[in-house]
Amino acid sequence: MAQKYDLQEVEVWDGNYAASHALRQAQVDVVAAYPITPSTPIVENYGQFVADGYVDGEFVMVESEHAAMSGCVGAAAAGGRVATATSSQGFALMVEVLYQASGMRLPIVLNVVNRALASPLNVRGDHSDMYLGRDSGWIMLDAFNAQEAYDMNLCAFRVGEHMDIRLPVMVNQDGFITSHTAQNVRPLSDEDAYKFVGEYVPVEEMLDFSRPVTYGAQTEEDWHFEHKARQHKALIDARPVIESVFAEFEKVSGRKYNRVESYMTDDAEVIIVALGTTVESARVAAQYLRDNEGIKAGVVAPRVIRPFPFDAIRTALENCKAIGAMDRSAPGGALGMLFNEISAAVYTTASRPLVTNYIYGLGGRDLTMEQIKDIFRDLKKNADAGHITTKIQQFVGLRGPKLEFFETRRS
Amino acid sequence: MSIGNVLSNDKRGMIELGAEKKVGWDEVTHGVVLHSFEDDATDVSTRKAEDRNYAQFNSYVATVASWRVIKPVYNRDICIDCQNCWVYCPDTSIISRDKQMLGIDYDHCKGCGVCVEVCPTNPKSLLMFAEAHNAEDALASWPEKKKKEEK
Repeated sequence: MAQKYDLQEVEVWDGNYAASHALRQAQVDVVAAYPITPSTPIVENYGQFVADGYVDGEFVMVESEHAAMSGCVGAAAAGGRVATATSSQGFALMVEVLYQASGMRLPIVLNVVNRALASPLNVRGDHSDMYLGRDSGWIMLDAFNAQEAYDMNLCAFRVGEHMDIRLPVMVNQDGFITSHTAQNVRPLSDEDAYKFVGEYVPVEEMLDFSRPVTYGAQTEEDWHFEHKARQHKALIDARPVIESVFAEFEKVSGRKYNRVESYMTDDAEVIIVALGTTVESARVAAQYLRDNEGIKAGVVAPRVIRPFPFDAIRTALENCKAIGAMDRSAPGGALGMLFNEISAAVYTTASRPLVTNYIYGLGGRDLTMEQIKDIFRDLKKNADAGHITTKIQQFVGLRGPKLEFFETRRS
Repeated sequence: MSIGNVLSNDKRGMIELGAEKKVGWDEVTHGVVLHSFEDDATDVSTRKAEDRNYAQFNSYVATVASWRVIKPVYNRDICIDCQNCWVYCPDTSIISRDKQMLGIDYDHCKGCGVCVEVCPTNPKSLLMFAEAHNAEDALASWPEKKKKEEK
């Protein structure tokens, strides 16, 4: 029996330590891990919890991230509760197995501490790894601070293991800004947390010798399409289940989460859509502009990146006039992911707000309060003019001549 | 026991691979998980293949005979039932009961020739022939015992 860990009402944890404690409280059966900056302390601390008797589970040290996720797939197929953590290059190495995990409907929880992808090599935070995983069939949650990294981990087990879903779940947090910044975190007690997460209920587990099963079968053009379609439907249908898990989490924690978080949007004319810690910075900037410049600014943030909240984000945005989609990932010859997906969503509204795209913060480059205010001021100009007054895609915080692309065709 | 008795009430090779019943996306299995048996399989390892209730997607019920271009032919008159071929066959396509060799499972044999290679008799009790070659003709043309070569 695992030992109980005595916790204060308020702990001072960084995002990594918060995630470690959530994994400990969920009493994960198998963590197979290969550490990588900045996610290393999650599995390092977890290993310490196992060594100190706070977890009744296995900690498997493997030879690569590919092996880490493979170990997770094996353990989950065998019938255990499974979790791990990674970042950046390690995430990239896991990608092949990520698709296996979701195709096999294994509810693994993966902490992704977001970091840039090489080349050039970089250990700082941006959302390149998060974006790399967006078509992998995983549910993707995003935490904007350490408290949320803890909360989203507990919710992730409930969501992924739900009998109507059975899909793996990623919990994203910003490398260093969240993962290494100590903040006040209010944890649940071990009892309350485990009660919320619940006893693991295996499905089609390989260790049930009375019903031998094959995982990872090959399907060609005769079966593949049907299986992928069913998997996609499970993801799309996860939306109300995620909402119900968030509602139950509010009952035990007092903290309310939504598939799309909206701040000051009721009367907002201009809205920034962002992910990660930028959400909190944008909220501060929006409040400043409301107080000092009379700009009705608001912030919208997808808490759930996959399944993409096409419905909820459209509702959150359709009453504003101009939107700035903030993408913290090198767009690789396209408009940013948030821009593309938000544009598609608001294009199906009657109001069709103006959407522009801001690429920022690559490789951990700071985004300053003044830069966010300038983006809001840009958006205000668009809203007043009734058309996009700038280029559609702009790079923010970049040295050298202004880098920007595409404009609205108005004739 | 003859090979006919083993195969008579058996699900072996009932369907062509790919000819199984196709269903829509709403009926495919969760996570592409495929069950091996229709019922409780706790003691399945104590039952012979022909007595196991294999499920639709178990490869046992599918035939892949069309993959083969050459086939092993078995000569009962020479075989000493040493079970070497049974041990080495990579596709469990040697049918044997009570340590007596009965024949080849032509639904799953891929024609790799390993059984012929490991057969210790002189002449061999298994030889490879073209897939279309008649088995009776093959047995009628079986080679004589080879003499030891002079040193």
